[in-house]
Amino acid sequence: MSSTVLATPPAPAGAPLTKKILTADHPTWCPGCGDFAVLASFYRVLEKLQYPHEKIVTFAGIGCSSRFPYFVNTHGGHYIHGRALPFAAGISLGNEDLHVFVFGGDGDGFSIGGNHLVHTARKNVNLTYVIMDNSVYGLTKKQTSPTSPIGFKTKTDPTGAIDQPINPMRTLLNTGATFVARSHATQVNHMTEMMLRAAKHPGFSVVEILSECVEFYAGAFDSSIPRKGGTWSLIAEKKNDGTPEDADRHDVTDEVAAFKLAGQAWPGSFGVFYENNVRKTKNVLEAELVTKARERTKNATDLQLLQATFAKMR
Amino acid sequence: MVSPNTPESTSGAVPSSSAPRAIHDVVIRLAGNSQDGIQSVGGFLARLAGRSDQDVMTYMTIPSTISGGPSIFQVRMGTGDILSSGDRADMLVAFYQHSYDAHIGSLRPGGVLLYDSDHVTPVEGDNRFTQVAVPITSGTVEAVGGAGKDKGKNIYILGLIARVFDLDVQKLAALIKERFGGKNEDIVRNAMLAFDGGYAWPQNNLRDLFYRFEAIDLATRASGRPQVTMDGNQALAYGLLAAGVRHGAGYPITPWSSIMETLRTELPKYGGLFVQCEDEIAAISTAIGFSYTGHLAITGSAGPGLSLKMEALGWATMAEMPLIVVNVQRGGPSTGMPTNVEQSDLMQAIYGSHGDTPRVVLSPKNVEDCFYIAIEACRIARTYSTPVIILSDMALASRIEAFDEPDFPKLMVDPKADLSDRGADFKPYPLDAITRHAPAGSKIASGKYPTVTGLEHDELGHPTGSSKLHTQMTAKRREKIKKLGASLPSPELNGDSAGEVLLVTWGSTWGPGLEALKRINTAGVKAGHLHLRHIHPLPNGLEEIFKRYHKIVVAEINDEGLYGYGQLAMMLRARYANPAIVSVAKTDGLTFKVSEIVAGVAKHIESADLDASLGVSRQSALAKN
Ligand SMILES: Cc1ncc(C[n+]2csc(CCOP(=O)(O)OP(=O)(O)O)c2C)c(N)n1
Ligand code: SF4
Ligand SMILES: [Mg+2]
Repeated sequence: MSSTVLATPPAPAGAPLTKKILTADHPTWCPGCGDFAVLASFYRVLEKLQYPHEKIVTFAGIGCSSRFPYFVNTHGGHYIHGRALPFAAGISLGNEDLHVFVFGGDGDGFSIGGNHLVHTARKNVNLTYVIMDNSVYGLTKKQTSPTSPIGFKTKTDPTGAIDQPINPMRTLLNTGATFVARSHATQVNHMTEMMLRAAKHPGFSVVEILSECVEFYAGAFDSSIPRKGGTWSLIAEKKNDGTPEDADRHDVTDEVAAFKLAGQAWPGSFGVFYENNVRKTKNVLEAELVTKARERTKNATDLQLLQATFAKMR
Repeated sequence: MVSPNTPESTSGAVPSSSAPRAIHDVVIRLAGNSQDGIQSVGGFLARLAGRSDQDVMTYMTIPSTISGGPSIFQVRMGTGDILSSGDRADMLVAFYQHSYDAHIGSLRPGGVLLYDSDHVTPVEGDNRFTQVAVPITSGTVEAVGGAGKDKGKNIYILGLIARVFDLDVQKLAALIKERFGGKNEDIVRNAMLAFDGGYAWPQNNLRDLFYRFEAIDLATRASGRPQVTMDGNQALAYGLLAAGVRHGAGYPITPWSSIMETLRTELPKYGGLFVQCEDEIAAISTAIGFSYTGHLAITGSAGPGLSLKMEALGWATMAEMPLIVVNVQRGGPSTGMPTNVEQSDLMQAIYGSHGDTPRVVLSPKNVEDCFYIAIEACRIARTYSTPVIILSDMALASRIEAFDEPDFPKLMVDPKADLSDRGADFKPYPLDAITRHAPAGSKIASGKYPTVTGLEHDELGHPTGSSKLHTQMTAKRREKIKKLGASLPSPELNGDSAGEVLLVTWGSTWGPGLEALKRINTAGVKAGHLHLRHIHPLPNGLEEIFKRYHKIVVAEINDEGLYGYGQLAMMLRARYANPAIVSVAKTDGLTFKVSEIVAGVAKHIESADLDASLGVSRQSALAKN
């Protein structure tokens, strides 16, 4: 295991990765589903990154959004509901050379997989997680999700949701994730930029993307779509340029400021809420354990190690 | 109270007059509290036996409460094969009155009771046993001197036992120094003072009661390698290391935890890692993630945790991922009896999960086998690209046995992941061949990269709703496991190859089963003993073997269930539709006593000979004739 983390992609070996090469099965999503735009952005991200083709992994749990890996021509997998993150942690820790991307829905990530989100994030496992939040259970046809607003009528809440929804940004910040951003499926350039920065971030990076389910929750995110009369509020990041305007800009390394942004009234702001490039990744910490152990055992071979252990048990 | 063995006059030492008597084996039960270090005395004796080329088996009970509480450690050591930890003890060392009260019933007639005269008042005039009063507490305080603490009672007793059984003092001293050597000098010195105090006591206080183990026939130790002693969980963990497993993930639960602790400590030395996860679902998921990168990985748990892993196990079967799942069984259901033994997860291991999930289940028969079964499990998982469950149990996990050091140079498996380029015709799920995944990171010449999936899929991994493909793929997943079954060697069969009764066991019931066979044969009943290490798929040839006996008695530690059959018995009846298959099952949370198995067999075959042989309450080998 090497202790390097992915920061700059190595030069591509073969032909450049293009959308054409990266396209796999035709998406099975409903026409107009927000997830199409997320997919289109992801192709652009991979085109920009130009990682070696075989080193990219696209992974997911279960849900409409989690069908993602079938539509991307990379190594990948479609796992069980809510558990993609611990699986992806195994991929990331199992082969340091891989670039691991996980996609999933709000139910997959915040409900059944909520505990895995907390622990994969706090351990700062090196991977990128994209939550496609449509505030509803799409695949199972309109039940209440943990991000459904109070009053939203679903098949499990026919008179309107009554339970307090989670605040995704606060939840993500609380997990200890070292990169937290928010975007919108109608903003392809912004999504691309957020995913690109997330991919380059060394450690656990998560982007929540509001992605409309036209089938079961049409218009859910209109309030942040200018075309539909909403407001698109971008986070202005601090440039450290010494100008007076800069004082009001958001410092992405400031956790308290990030929580403040997360507390804004719906529909809130979009952009990078928090970024911490100081904390070591689990990948690095585990590699350090190996290095120390190998030093202590003076690089003994596996055979020598086992024989020495058994000699002590005679 | 004066022991019959204490000399009437203490003036002038009474040297041990009689020469030591030769014995084949002895069962020593140490009973006290868990903080007395009883386990470590047992451990010393076990390791000494290993170093002396003797056979040894231990049995311990750990209270499930965190600190304190009654605890026992039983060690059986001797010459030749030791198959079970012994139904009853030849020597009982009672540290407290409660130890005496609870365990005097486990002493064989003619056995020796050593009791701490500072704490215990035995029943007066009980001449079933040889009672020996030993001032264990005050003797220890006197020997160690200083602050008057009785810490070291365990080592004092170890010294005493060493003298009585003529054990190799130099080897024992070396073991004590190894054990305490890392700590400060005072600790080693105090331990040796306590040991010498205990060792000196019999010389001046016992007239006879000196024994020596029969000479060992060294020819039976053919491997030429020294013996090692360890518990089953250690053997399993090291077996995995030898088999090239470098990645794993788990969540703590008794009695599995020590496997993950060992792996967490050892793996970094081998360039690997073990992840402690937030729960068992995450653990199996992370482990499959490792396997997906080409590194066969291990996860494990006990019954409740295995239940949590079931959905992911279903995925691993569907996606055809190699994986090792260790399940160290304990008393269930739910939290049940977490520090007791049971074999009640067999059905869960084979049939748990949803859908049709043919999977491989192996079970080790003793501590040594924990090592080798780990290697076999890894070979099967890699060859057939399938999850393999290893069903161990609390008894194997916690007891110490001696076995020949494995031939490591021959056994070591290269842990390197196969990231070689795959050809343009690569298919992740070929219908006519066993799946060989291209781990993430390997190039595929066609430029078409596969998706591993839990959805039913075609040969390329694309999801499908085709009835035809679901039937074909289900058959594919089934057939590869059948193919494995066809390749399995005929199971171990001992005793008569045909006759009145065939005793069938699995897991840690192997030893008591084999010993029961000897007693049954000695009683004049034609009988065999068959042990199953491969629980699923079953090896071939069982049908023919079963036909040669009038009754097939399956002994296992689980409930007889609604229909009167233990879990393996139930499965064998379903598989072979043979009404001669009957069941001996029990749920007391303890390993089988040999006599319980013999009694169970006797009940099924109505043998007067066996009943008679059970009626004999065997004298202890230590009895004075
Ligand atoms: C263990 C388990 N429980 C329930 C389901 C059924 N299920 C599939 S997807 C889903 C929720 C999907 O919602 P979300 O994660 O928000 O994804 P979306 O379809 O909205 O993209 C549920 C409940 C399942 N597949 N597995
Ligand atoms: S049901 Fe909703 S989330 Fe699912 S594909 Fe259709 S529009 Fe998208
Ligand atoms: Mg959803």
